[in-house]
Amino acid sequence: MRGGIAVAGVGLAGCGEAPGWSETEIMAAAARNALADAGLTTREVDGLAVASVNIFLVGLSVAEQLGIRPKFTDSTCVGGSSFVGHLIPAALALQAGLCDVLLVTYGSNQRTGVGRAEAGKYKMALDPQPFEHPYKPFNPLTSYALAAARHMHQYGTTREQLAGVAVAARKWAQLNPEAFVREPLTIADVLGSRMVSDPLTVRDSCLVTDGGGALVLVRAERARDFPKPPAYLLGVGAAHWHRQISAMPDLTVTAATESGRRAFGMAGLKPADVDVVELYDAFTINTILFLEDLGFCAKGEGGAFVASGRIAPGGALPVNTNGGGLSCVHPGMYGIFTIIEAVRQLRAEAGARQVKGAKVALAHGNGGVLSSQITALFGTRDVL
Amino acid sequence: MNVPGPEFQYQERLSQGRFEIQKCAGCGKHVFYPRVLCPHCGADRLAWVAPSGRGVVYSSTVVRCKPADGGDYNVALVDLEEGVRMMSRVAEIAPETVRIGMKVKARVAAGLVEFVLA
Repeated sequence: MRGGIAVAGVGLAGCGEAPGWSETEIMAAAARNALADAGLTTREVDGLAVASVNIFLVGLSVAEQLGIRPKFTDSTCVGGSSFVGHLIPAALALQAGLCDVLLVTYGSNQRTGVGRAEAGKYKMALDPQPFEHPYKPFNPLTSYALAAARHMHQYGTTREQLAGVAVAARKWAQLNPEAFVREPLTIADVLGSRMVSDPLTVRDSCLVTDGGGALVLVRAERARDFPKPPAYLLGVGAAHWHRQISAMPDLTVTAATESGRRAFGMAGLKPADVDVVELYDAFTINTILFLEDLGFCAKGEGGAFVASGRIAPGGALPVNTNGGGLSCVHPGMYGIFTIIEAVRQLRAEAGARQVKGAKVALAHGNGGVLSSQITALFGTRDVL
Repeated sequence: MNVPGPEFQYQERLSQGRFEIQKCAGCGKHVFYPRVLCPHCGADRLAWVAPSGRGVVYSSTVVRCKPADGGDYNVALVDLEEGVRMMSRVAEIAPETVRIGMKVKARVAAGLVEFVLA
């Protein structure tokens, strides 16, 4: 699978606020932008991968909205990591010749959509989780708070170190004109913000925005026929060990240990080879856990690692260079944005936040409550 | 399929004031939440047993809530002596005083398992 497919186009739409837009419309707008980036239109699309937690039969709805008749459709949903996960069936389908141009798209009107609170009650009734919901966890946040509390207990990680993740993300966002929140943020601001579920405050938590993103995937052999420099998929791995936090074997070790090992194995790379890292930072503890589990630092040392400024602009390891889910965009499921930013960095089109000479980028998706972990490594032609 | 599924059976016991978990006749391990197949070995021979009720707080949080909406409350993960973990709460003490490592004991209150200090 290594080097078999490439990203030929990426696009965003409605990031921040998109009042009056339905979710499938945002997906269509993101698709248009990604296809235009690849010099294509919907007429050339014959493969589709989508996921939604709201739209029933989403693969059918999106194809209908776009007016396409895909020869291959995948609508696996494993939470916010889904779009990183779509790389696996996409690579298999493209390389088997089942389709030639595969579109991955996502969109959500989580911030401005009407009737969402009411819909949430129905969703809970349909998926009751009787061994957790009676205790009223404020999920997903409470589940991540339980993981953060355990990490603090076991490794001495501090709230200041967690806040360091949010501050680094904000510093990157300040370099990104497309980021939704760009005001200065200090450690004290995070510590003083409203506590939601100890130890996580509102500033330890991702944004709630609208927005969509899309990718155009093609076989590597034709990747250079498109206008932009291709980002080749070098490795990908997916793993999940639980769905509910009460079923997670060790709250300080995620399945990213397994997804990362397999992605690096396929790519023939190691963490030290990665120039830029895009992690699904739903909450500040995520970044610490994933840096540890993907091998960028030892287990338990993630707090000290992020507190030193190492992941902020100017640090040794650029992490979440768009500002992440914490400061750039977070429309319910963020996974696709890790890939979009990784591709932009590899194309050297990231403006003030560009990591100079980036040749290898890691995109990591998280789904559920630290449940689904999917790691992908992309590279420029130099590292193919 | 003459008898209800394990979740129904668990809730039925709980509504009668009995907290029971499963034990696998295949591998001998305890199982929670109640399953059809043992998540350790795959066997379908899961029998109901009464746990000791003794446990240790594995992690804990305070969910912040306005006084008008009932005030702050505790949500905890508790490891039972039998080697299974469950979400619950530690009752009868202030939510912010619950600590990881505290020894606790299960009780059934209003059809729900909760814990108090052992």
